[in-house]
Amino acid sequence: MNKRTILSFCTVFLSFLASSSVQAEYALNLRAPVTEIATQIYDLHMLIMYVCIAIFIVVFSIMFYSLYKHRKSAGHKAVQFHEHHMLEVVWTIIPALILIGMAVPATKTILAMKDTREADMTIKATGHQWKWEYEYLGKDVRFISTLATPQEQIHNTAPKGEHYLLEVDNPVVVPVGKKVRVLLTAQDVIHAWWVPSFGVKQDAIPGFIKETWFRVEKEGTYRGQCAELCGKDHGFMPIVVEAVSEEKYNEWIASKKAAAAEAAASGDKEWSKDDLIANGKTVYEKNCAACHQANGAGLPPAFPALTGSKIANGPIADHLHIVLNGKNVMPHWKELLNDVEIASVVTYERNGLGNSVGDVLQPAQVKAAR
Amino acid sequence: MSTATAKHDDHGHDSHGHPTGLMRWVKSTNHKDIGTMYLWFSFTMFLFAGAMAMGIRAELFQPGLQFFQPQVFNQLTTLHGLIMIFGAIMPAFVGFANWQVPLMIGAPDMAFPRLNNMSFWLLIPAALLLVASIFVPGGAVAGGWTMYPPLAIQGGLSMDMSIFALHILGVSSIVGSINIITTIFNMRAPGMTLMKMPMFVWTWLITAYLLIAAMPVLAGALTMMITDRHFGTHFFNAAGGGDPVLFQHVFWFFGHPEVYIMILPAFGILSTIIPTFSRKPLFGYASMVYATTAIAVLSFVVWAHHMFTTGMPVAGQLFFMYSTMLISVPTGVKVFNWVATMWKGSMTFETPMLFAVAVVFLFTIGGLSGLVCAILPVDIQVQDTYYVVAHFHYVLFSGAAMSIMGGVYYWLPKWTGHMYDETLGKWHFWLTTIAFNVTFFPMHFTGLAGMPRRIPDYSQQFAEFNMISSYGAFALGLSQLLFLYVVIKCIKGGAKAPASPWEGAHGLEWTVPSPAPFHTFETPPVVK
Ligand code: HEM
Ligand SMILES: [Cu+2]
Ligand SMILES: [Cu+2]
Repeated sequence: MNKRTILSFCTVFLSFLASSSVQAEYALNLRAPVTEIATQIYDLHMLIMYVCIAIFIVVFSIMFYSLYKHRKSAGHKAVQFHEHHMLEVVWTIIPALILIGMAVPATKTILAMKDTREADMTIKATGHQWKWEYEYLGKDVRFISTLATPQEQIHNTAPKGEHYLLEVDNPVVVPVGKKVRVLLTAQDVIHAWWVPSFGVKQDAIPGFIKETWFRVEKEGTYRGQCAELCGKDHGFMPIVVEAVSEEKYNEWIASKKAAAAEAAASGDKEWSKDDLIANGKTVYEKNCAACHQANGAGLPPAFPALTGSKIANGPIADHLHIVLNGKNVMPHWKELLNDVEIASVVTYERNGLGNSVGDVLQPAQVKAAR
Repeated sequence: MSTATAKHDDHGHDSHGHPTGLMRWVKSTNHKDIGTMYLWFSFTMFLFAGAMAMGIRAELFQPGLQFFQPQVFNQLTTLHGLIMIFGAIMPAFVGFANWQVPLMIGAPDMAFPRLNNMSFWLLIPAALLLVASIFVPGGAVAGGWTMYPPLAIQGGLSMDMSIFALHILGVSSIVGSINIITTIFNMRAPGMTLMKMPMFVWTWLITAYLLIAAMPVLAGALTMMITDRHFGTHFFNAAGGGDPVLFQHVFWFFGHPEVYIMILPAFGILSTIIPTFSRKPLFGYASMVYATTAIAVLSFVVWAHHMFTTGMPVAGQLFFMYSTMLISVPTGVKVFNWVATMWKGSMTFETPMLFAVAVVFLFTIGGLSGLVCAILPVDIQVQDTYYVVAHFHYVLFSGAAMSIMGGVYYWLPKWTGHMYDETLGKWHFWLTTIAFNVTFFPMHFTGLAGMPRRIPDYSQQFAEFNMISSYGAFALGLSQLLFLYVVIKCIKGGAKAPASPWEGAHGLEWTVPSPAPFHTFETPPVVK
């Protein structure tokens, strides 16, 4: 096929440029589409690219021919013409017609992309600096998804894994073949939820809810990233979606619910100080260290230090209040963390990170303060 | 275009006691001196912002964090963009306008020489503010040159300094534009009707209107940002009834015309160089004027193509897709006109022509990738990826910056009175062109394959292309030092340039001696 030969020619040429041909092939074009929309986009892009390449070749063959033929050094004498009305009309109209030819399929795809009606399920995704929160509407499932790549890999002290920067602790799980509507918003600044294989990219805008949708046709794990500059760790808030069979999806929902129930139950019991501190360290490193740093030193003036801070060493009620309700750039964690997590992280901040206030916060107290 | 007869006035007279030394420059009201200052200012900023780009490419050389923490990386990308656009490209074109517009229309100077002095000197405090903002607590602005709130509202003192700097630059641009428009309308030599004006003058006339229309819009957006930051307004804060996307609309209402502000004068330079070295008049002069005007008008109705992923209503999406596609028609007409100008010419390939031919070729790649971005469903995949970075560097580096380089080589003999070193000029050309493509062509691939822009670290599948880009970038950066050397060498000496060093050149600037004397056209030439 003609298309194929051109494509394979390009691929061969380019894999020659890159040292590893396998990876080069992977990183050359749009990712393999797994939804109807992404397939349409893929084809649309190929079509437009070929048209552009064709126009380019025609125009520049003429130019290079002229550069060669009409050189002074080849003795060519200039012909002093400077307009040709017919030609000028033609080369205005032909591109216009080509553009109409491109606009028609593009319009069809746009209309399909915008059609979020009759969805089988809805997930609300909220962008936070720098993590995603997901809520399965009507299913009572809600969790936070953060980067799972260890800091050592990022700072080059450990070898990088296969899915470096594209792995999360809690992936989104969806059933294949179902129309999933995604509602997008953000808590702090604008983020964008982007999964290339789905052909979905939608800004998440604080204070507004935007929507998009996808229907995955093939089981698998699909990876994307935040696509709108959202501050320091913009490059470190990936998106992972696992598309599974309906049964597996239902099992997953059940397991998420069970885990939530267990967490709620553990909030009713009294925790020991050591357990709180140990648990708090994990919560801190996942949620707080991006700004306040793993050692509590912060990044002043934007992000204050916790070590020796007035809040972390002052009355525990004020400390809890700011964690629950936030302040300026500091997010409010009320909705994001459960009682145990908040109790743990506050206790940790007061008894770790170089602080030693000595008091403890119990999950029950957090519940009461909400 | 016109052939001209002109009175030569070689008497570089100094009868009314110009200040000398530093004061000559501080107090200068002479369009040539001010043009020279603009050009040097621009080149300094170009090297400064280029050094930041070297930092960016060093960090992206390999996956992992090596040199800069993410926040510092974001400062580098933001300042690189702001300084290149407002400090390097725009002032360079104003420098050309200062030197060339009066010389090309046979005017003795700009219409408002003192205003001209002011518009240059305003640049200095603005540049100092931007540079100084690196050293304030919290560091320079890090929210991208597009400064989207709420992220930009989170910024520290440097955000306020940058906003202030942009306000000053805006005043400078508006004042400069008024000056250029007045000069063009009132000071043309007798006989030079509008449709006989050199194409460079036409493109600048239209650019000046774009500036006057667009810069106040930027100022409005920035002022709303300042009041949101400090005076309790909520223009861009949904919690107070505002809308963060409002900023994007206002910003791009300025921003899209801004990209044409940076390319139209480049089109003017190309339309001057190509006929000269083809030894033929510009093909389709009139359609070139109409196409430029059409581009300028259309540039105000395409802005939201930068916002396709914000989730506009479908009617908005379709409108902005169609209007953006439409703008590529007049852009195409220009490219066809240049090729037709070369057709059946008698071409030679001195450095300016090499640059011009390369710009036509490379700019078209950028125009076509712009068309790909205009197709909304495709843009959903490529927006905020390296594909867009490739697109705008093809139009801005190989479109605007390389036209500027070509223009510098073209007019250097007139400005300095010496011929530049042709061999070194050609070296500069080839190094720049090759390094540019090595740097930016692979970005089309990384972008398509899904690498977001504005990230300090990336997953491993992008490693090869990023390394290639970084090697290219270092070569591209170093090559510009050669440019500096060639220019200085030409100022210091070299073969004496005749009044008209290029065989095929027409236009009034070539009727005065080289270097152009301090005062020219004190009695207007007559254009037939
Ligand atoms: C045929 C003409 C052109 C078309 C159809 C076009 C189209 C586009 C589109 C649709 C985008 C948005 C891409 C995205 O963010 O997803 C874009 C971005 C951009 N274009 Fe163009 N463009 C054209 C010419 C130019 C020219 C002449 C310049 C400058 C000299 C330019 C400079 C830019 C810049 C700077 C951006 C990126 C801005 C940013 O997000 O930082 N474009 N273009
Ligand atoms: Cu984000
Ligand atoms: Cu635009």
